[in-house]
Amino acid sequence: MAERFARRVRAVPPGMCPLAFELALLQVAAAQTCGKCVPCRDGLPQLVTLLEHVVACEADETDVACMRALAEMVRDTSDCAIGYEAATALLDGLETFADEHASHVTEGCCQEGVGQTVPCETLCPAHVDVPGYIACVAAGDYAGAVNVVRKDNPFPTACAFVCEHPCEARCRRTLIDAPVNIRGIKRYAVDQAPADTVAPPPRNMDTARTVAIIGGGPSGLTCAYFLALMGHRVTVFEAREQLGGMLRYGIPAYRFPRERLDEDVRGIMEAGTITVRCGVEIDARELRDIADTFHAVYVAVGAQAGKALRIPGVEAAGVMSAVELLGAIGDGAYPDFTGKRVVVVGGGNVAMDCARTAVRAGADEVSVAYRRRREDMTALPAEVESAVAEGVELITLEAPVRIEVDEEGHCAALVTQPQMIGAVRGGRPAPVAADKPERRIPADAVLIAVGQDVGAGPFEEFGMKTTWGRFDADQHLRAEGFEHVFVGGDCQTGPSTVIRAIAAGKVAARNIDEYLGYHHKLAYEVEVPEAQPNDRTPKGRVELGDRPARERRRDFKDVEVGMSREEVEQECGRCLRCDHFGCGVLEGGREQYA
Amino acid sequence: MPNIMINGAALEAAEGATILEAARAEGIRIPTLCHFAGREAVASCRVCVVEVEGLDQPVSACATCVREGMVVTTDTPRVVAYRKMALELILADHGLDSTSYCFSCVKNGACELQDLCREYGVTGSPFEVTHKREPVRDSNPFLTYDPNLCIRCQRCVGACNEAARNHTLVAAKRGVRTTIEAPFGEDWRATTCESCGNCAQACPTGALTEKRRTAYRSWETERVRTTCPHCGVGCQLDLVVKNGRIVDAEAADGPSNNGLLCVKGRSASFDFVDAPDRLTTPLVRNAATGELEPAGWDEALDVVARRFTELRDEYGGESLAAFACSRATNEDIYLFQKMARTALQTNNVDCCARV
Repeated sequence: MAERFARRVRAVPPGMCPLAFELALLQVAAAQTCGKCVPCRDGLPQLVTLLEHVVACEADETDVACMRALAEMVRDTSDCAIGYEAATALLDGLETFADEHASHVTEGCCQEGVGQTVPCETLCPAHVDVPGYIACVAAGDYAGAVNVVRKDNPFPTACAFVCEHPCEARCRRTLIDAPVNIRGIKRYAVDQAPADTVAPPPRNMDTARTVAIIGGGPSGLTCAYFLALMGHRVTVFEAREQLGGMLRYGIPAYRFPRERLDEDVRGIMEAGTITVRCGVEIDARELRDIADTFHAVYVAVGAQAGKALRIPGVEAAGVMSAVELLGAIGDGAYPDFTGKRVVVVGGGNVAMDCARTAVRAGADEVSVAYRRRREDMTALPAEVESAVAEGVELITLEAPVRIEVDEEGHCAALVTQPQMIGAVRGGRPAPVAADKPERRIPADAVLIAVGQDVGAGPFEEFGMKTTWGRFDADQHLRAEGFEHVFVGGDCQTGPSTVIRAIAAGKVAARNIDEYLGYHHKLAYEVEVPEAQPNDRTPKGRVELGDRPARERRRDFKDVEVGMSREEVEQECGRCLRCDHFGCGVLEGGREQYA
Repeated sequence: MPNIMINGAALEAAEGATILEAARAEGIRIPTLCHFAGREAVASCRVCVVEVEGLDQPVSACATCVREGMVVTTDTPRVVAYRKMALELILADHGLDSTSYCFSCVKNGACELQDLCREYGVTGSPFEVTHKREPVRDSNPFLTYDPNLCIRCQRCVGACNEAARNHTLVAAKRGVRTTIEAPFGEDWRATTCESCGNCAQACPTGALTEKRRTAYRSWETERVRTTCPHCGVGCQLDLVVKNGRIVDAEAADGPSNNGLLCVKGRSASFDFVDAPDRLTTPLVRNAATGELEPAGWDEALDVVARRFTELRDEYGGESLAAFACSRATNEDIYLFQKMARTALQTNNVDCCARV
């Protein structure tokens, strides 16, 4: 029963009224009382009654004040956590969902936008029609699947390999067994029908409008793709030698083979008039020229500058930022760490990328030094697990203090201060210095992977505004103070995921189109198969396997093994087709771009 | 001996004392409801919450031990508001109309909930008040339980289990709700309940009461401290007296009984005082008619002294025995056996005080 309960909580549908969820949580808490103390035993049911009034939009300000006062009393006088944590949750909800509470009390209804929608499609930042392409894959129409993805995202291959798949987070299938392996299904589609073999939908008539895109990464190229399909003439300016941005210069080839990235890029180039100018670094003067010449500009330069670690010794030879290392590899300059001891500083996906790259570059020993615990790492657990399997040593709860430099000016060791995990701050436990002696980790190379900055210099000189080093933009992604300059992706949000950069590129394309005076509708010619009745039998989730660690750690080839046809059939069969069953058929039941 | 401050007054508390005990020792009042002296602190009512410097939340005074340097405040606006709210919650569960607004309740005037609500100005509850109408368990001849008035403080559970060690009255669950399973229903004979009534004396409200209470209101009575006339334990009890008549007995905190009584002490130690068939004068059997006839004390004692002397002289002391009533006090029984050995010249002495 508890596992079922947990699954239902994990699968809370996006769009559900948060107060209704709060109420359910409170009811659970009230049911957990041992019946001893007044605040919990009597107070929680009274809070349930009061919150029921609020949820039903029957409460007034007095009721809310009464509820708050009682909740504070329950929080402060309950004997055990069953009582006080329930009240704390309710009080936190009053703050977090203040607008929703106000709407219930003053408007007599939920806020605009509350209402369930198809979970996978809603939680995908690009709102890709997930049930649609899964149905195509099930039917064997892989090209159709690729074009269903492309309707919202021109990087089906990139997302098949490296997407963090927020679409799976609340998959309704979780209610029965586990989320559908959506990324795995997409991977099967692009393996069967490579993106450059599938023609994009027909483009619109040429508009003779020109758009400059600064940055040939996922956000810029997405914007280019949709603008080109709309009929605009796009020029992409890319500072590096090749297109792809962090997909090429950040993500190692063993996670996303270059030839597979090229399939997406070639697919995008087929969309229409896209001129590419690689190896062009743009300064403020050129930016002014571009802004004067083109009808609109989209700035999507990403976050390319590795954050510096402010400790003594970082200038030593052998100390390198993750961005430098992975960037060089993007153009084929593989490092040689043969016989060396490499220490990576950081706990994110980039740190794992560096560590696993170092393993493949022949390093004797590769360690990751991180100041929190393994479970606090921002890297995906699967990435960490893979790194460990490949022989990477995780040295956790160690904060870098300085880098020891030898007489030749080369790094010799990373010295760290042991940490102890402490109180939760900002949602996760923060480390504090432990009363232990410093630790010396011998290192012939130290790779710094502690985050990235935008590198907004020339753009600020051009007149664009930034906050914390990120470009300011309004809700239409229009750069503050400009009519025809738009920004999006990592350079606006800070370092984030591929799919969020793609979503921003798509939004920017729509808004640039509107700005240019159009309201283009894009052709969409895929027939999504009709939904079949759900298979309700609980089944295991098919996971993608990896090549054996001892084999894959010797090369830069793809580590992941895709599904077989019988596996993908079963996995597609687990999809509940929420576009057809449940709220998906309602007016407003789907989160899609026009 | 920890040095602490309560409401600005410095005091030295006993080692291991709770805040409540330390305060009471100094005459500082902290209100309580579920607290039951001498028993494990359940700390369920949260009426005794006090502020301790350095802690974000108030703590219950009955269950928090003092420590060196502790600074306690018993009457901040926050704890007063929380106490009031706790009473409002309890009142919402107790209901207001289950006994026609207190006035027909047998505990009216002796109800701790009523007293505290009065003290804190709680006249009703802003919360949803229950209208529970559960059947009253009323088959036990001495005790009755009205679940509608129960505030589930569990003092009765402590009294039956931890104090009387009878382990008959327990708390149970009906789903989310905690109930008190008082064994006074129709199957009361089948239970191990001894009807000692310690549960009723522990109850702060009118939920669990001695049936005798219907005969008086607390303000009509006075209390007379005495020793239980039954066995040799010597339990201290207070006779409840209304208009010169004993109407009830309550356990007092004596050295041998610690506030407890058995069923005999509580329910069978005083009814004979006003029994209509009680002997009020000595009776002497009329030799001619064979009937017992009222007589004066001198006459009766003369008869007894003369006959016992005759019997002793004729048949010897061994022919006599002295048997004392257990309701006599130890002092009386001592004198009684002394008389038997010296005057009656017999060692045949006994008493029924062995229950």
